[in-house]
Amino acid sequence: MEEIVADELRETFKTGRTRSVAWRKNQLNALLDLVIENEESIFKALHRDLGKDPVESYRDEIGVILKSARYSLSCLDKWVAPKKAELPLLFFPAKGDVLPEPLGVVLIFSSWNFPISLLLDPLIGAISAGNAVLLKPSELAPACLSFLVQNIPLYLDNKAIKIIDGRSEVGEKLLKLKWDKIFFTGSPRVGSLVMAAAARYLTPVTLELGGKCPAIVDTLSSPSKTKVAAKRIVGGKWAPCTGQACIAIDYLLVEEKLAPTLIEVLKKTIKKFYGENIKDLKNISRIVNKHHFQRLHNLLKDPHVAASVVYGGSVNEEKLVIEPTILLDPPLDSEIMTEEIFGPLLPIITLKNLEESIEFINSKPKPLVIYAFTEDEAFKERILSKTSSGTVTFNDSMVQFLCDALPFGGVGQSGFGRYHGKYSFDTFSHEKAVLHRAFFPELEPRYPPWNDFKLRFIRLAYMFDYLGLILLLLGLKKP
Amino acid sequence: MTIVSAGLFKDCTRCFKSSNIVGVGLGGTLTYRHTYKINRVRFSGSIPSSFYCCATLSITMEEEKQTFDADKAAVLVNELRETFSSGKTKSYEWRTSQLESISKMIDEKEKEIIEAVHKDLSKPELEAFVSEISMTKSSCKLALKVLKSWMMPEKVETSIATYPSSAEIVSEPLGVVLVLSTWNFPFLLSLDPVIGAIAAGNVVVLKPSEIAPATSTLLAKLLVEYADESAIRVVEGAVAETSALLEQKWDKIFFTGGARVGRIVMAAAAKHLTPVTLELGGKCPAVVDSNVNLQVTARRIISGKWACNNGQACIGVDYIITTKEFAPKLIDALRSVLEEFFGKDPMESKDRSRIINSFHFMRLINLLDEDKVSDKIVAGGQRNESQLQIAPTILLDVPEDSLMMQEEIFGPLLPIITVEKLEDSFNMINRKQKPLAAYLFSDDEQIKRKFVQNVFAGGIAINDTVLQFFAGQWTS
Repeated sequence: MEEIVADELRETFKTGRTRSVAWRKNQLNALLDLVIENEESIFKALHRDLGKDPVESYRDEIGVILKSARYSLSCLDKWVAPKKAELPLLFFPAKGDVLPEPLGVVLIFSSWNFPISLLLDPLIGAISAGNAVLLKPSELAPACLSFLVQNIPLYLDNKAIKIIDGRSEVGEKLLKLKWDKIFFTGSPRVGSLVMAAAARYLTPVTLELGGKCPAIVDTLSSPSKTKVAAKRIVGGKWAPCTGQACIAIDYLLVEEKLAPTLIEVLKKTIKKFYGENIKDLKNISRIVNKHHFQRLHNLLKDPHVAASVVYGGSVNEEKLVIEPTILLDPPLDSEIMTEEIFGPLLPIITLKNLEESIEFINSKPKPLVIYAFTEDEAFKERILSKTSSGTVTFNDSMVQFLCDALPFGGVGQSGFGRYHGKYSFDTFSHEKAVLHRAFFPELEPRYPPWNDFKLRFIRLAYMFDYLGLILLLLGLKKP
Repeated sequence: MTIVSAGLFKDCTRCFKSSNIVGVGLGGTLTYRHTYKINRVRFSGSIPSSFYCCATLSITMEEEKQTFDADKAAVLVNELRETFSSGKTKSYEWRTSQLESISKMIDEKEKEIIEAVHKDLSKPELEAFVSEISMTKSSCKLALKVLKSWMMPEKVETSIATYPSSAEIVSEPLGVVLVLSTWNFPFLLSLDPVIGAIAAGNVVVLKPSEIAPATSTLLAKLLVEYADESAIRVVEGAVAETSALLEQKWDKIFFTGGARVGRIVMAAAAKHLTPVTLELGGKCPAVVDSNVNLQVTARRIISGKWACNNGQACIGVDYIITTKEFAPKLIDALRSVLEEFFGKDPMESKDRSRIINSFHFMRLINLLDEDKVSDKIVAGGQRNESQLQIAPTILLDVPEDSLMMQEEIFGPLLPIITVEKLEDSFNMINRKQKPLAAYLFSDDEQIKRKFVQNVFAGGIAINDTVLQFFAGQWTS
């Protein structure tokens, strides 16, 4: 079945239909319609799958798609145009271009935590670049999956853009086929399998993975700034899908002496945003399913970890809810500090000196984002030059995601490849180099039989010694 | 490790402060560099804080030939990772010092490089100068010229959604890079990626191809002499050494070679989620219209086939497509220019590289001698096994399912396939795997436009061959 779908997409791509700019704009507009006309259904589906509030859903899913599609529509004509390459005089007369072309038939895997935007945002890039697409959404968000499977064919060109339903076995079957590009969002473990499967056909891949995104918190110059930082930290931890986000803050690094103050401010902020306790919890998503609930609960069951809880810790298995929880210095070798948490548990690691944070971060795999709340410009420079991550954001959290001018992607274990804005277009394109030459003039030294004169000519040519070349040709150059 | 005295220094172990592997030679010989501590005075300075014992150039362990296995590879990677962690390679000064040193190396050792490449491939001096020396030198010069601007963060616009904010894109090195190179342009395709890796601030391990052994050994020797060996190393060897290297975790692998090994490299990289760049090959077609200047076209095709490492080039012309009507004229023109370039007996000409080795020679002979192919020869066909040479050979309309039309030829055989009308060639090309390059010779603007738009390829050149590779050297 999967093969038939892939073949149909290839046939469609061959017809050249997806390459026209009109088709691409048409599809992007249809996608906008899909989202705008079905806002309520999307809210419902996200609430069913993840307990997301409509405000969160609009902010993280609907709004992101509308923004991306509109941005692509406004830039598409510019993006598809060939870029002129400057050639040296030696090549005259010649014209060089870099021409973007679609890769062909692309496969997009998305994950369950932002089931609408992490599927449709790459789709926007693939369409803008003129490809045919197969979408494989995550089955762990079933209501969203149903919504997409039902509506994509109603709005989009279903000979060129298809969506496939199914569990991971379907994903495995798809990976046995040949694609021109695979775009994967998910865990490093599965990312590695995707890349290994892609190696069979030398298919280029983009892997948007995860990691433990740290937030370094420095002493700030005023309590009001600390309050703002706390709001942004809370907003970067529990606001996106209750911590189940690749760019959510995973853990904090602070100086010992700052920890008590920070914890107090965080507690106040959490209560204000989400309620006093687990019974009154509001404005926050839930854990996606039992498996992940168990996984997170188990992180807390380690007695040394449990002993480090300073706020929260309560769970409701039936409702798949864990309240916002802060931990102070859990053991560094516990699972909560070695694995990506992807949930509402926030460990705070204290250091004698905040400089140690750089070494701490470097002892772990490269994360998708490093956050740092600091006013110390020299410290910022050191963070930038001594650590490596997909992105660094100073004095805020999450919002870098909205900047279309910034590439979004990881490095090392957090993945490779990037998208958003023009980077989405580029990620699904091949930039073809095109050189146009005329038949004349002809440069004899290009051709055999070889001799000394030709060697001298070429030496001068490579040095752009145009005067020397002229002299040589006139017989005036001494060897 | 035990150090067996080789006569030149007896009982020197107490003088050694440290010993490091600086190179791995063919057959597993290890080159050590010993740092001396004499009279309790430690020599220290910026670079290097040691001096050579006159025998350090190559010391073979007498007890047994040590193979470069996964353990040794792990040690090597760890050493390099430590260098990278020290932050040394990130500085502009370090990067430029290395690039300048490499540039000097190419200048000072030009003769040796050309000799090595001649030994490996019988590559004519001018060809070697253009494709190995000059290209590499240009890469270096370009990097030196614009490195500052490449290293500068790029400021980007922010949107009202994040107001007030500022944003920039900062380039940083990936870390420890593995460059796996190939045999046909053994100097260029080894150093060019290394130059890029250095310019970006990485530490590098270069594994040159063992199929071009003279160049491999020369690279190992020269880079020890000219490059910072705490950051740049060469590992010589074949399958065993490559496998040992591929088991390690790299921050980037850059591979030039065939698709079969490319897959192995990518699969190995997948285990560590290492990003890879694969520079492979393919069947690069040249489509020839009937409205061209035949003389110039023939010269440029021959230039891009037989004067380009005798067809052993990833962007060389693999096969030609032209109309049934035009084919005879094209063949005549090619024959006449072949004689102009290589003389009446091309087997005698010194202006063509030879086939790299017996394996590839036999591979090409098999393509040529296949049933229903051998009778399609319209020029050439002569072969000399002891000289590893095959004459420039043109064939007309070999079957599409023949091996010659299925695999990348990578040799001096040029099939010409004829079609009814020229546009039929576009589908024929697109039916095959996407090639690295596609060429069109035509004076018709519409055909040119259609070709550029509809033919999928890595790069395209109109009315010329191979030059697009050179154009890239000057644009940044």
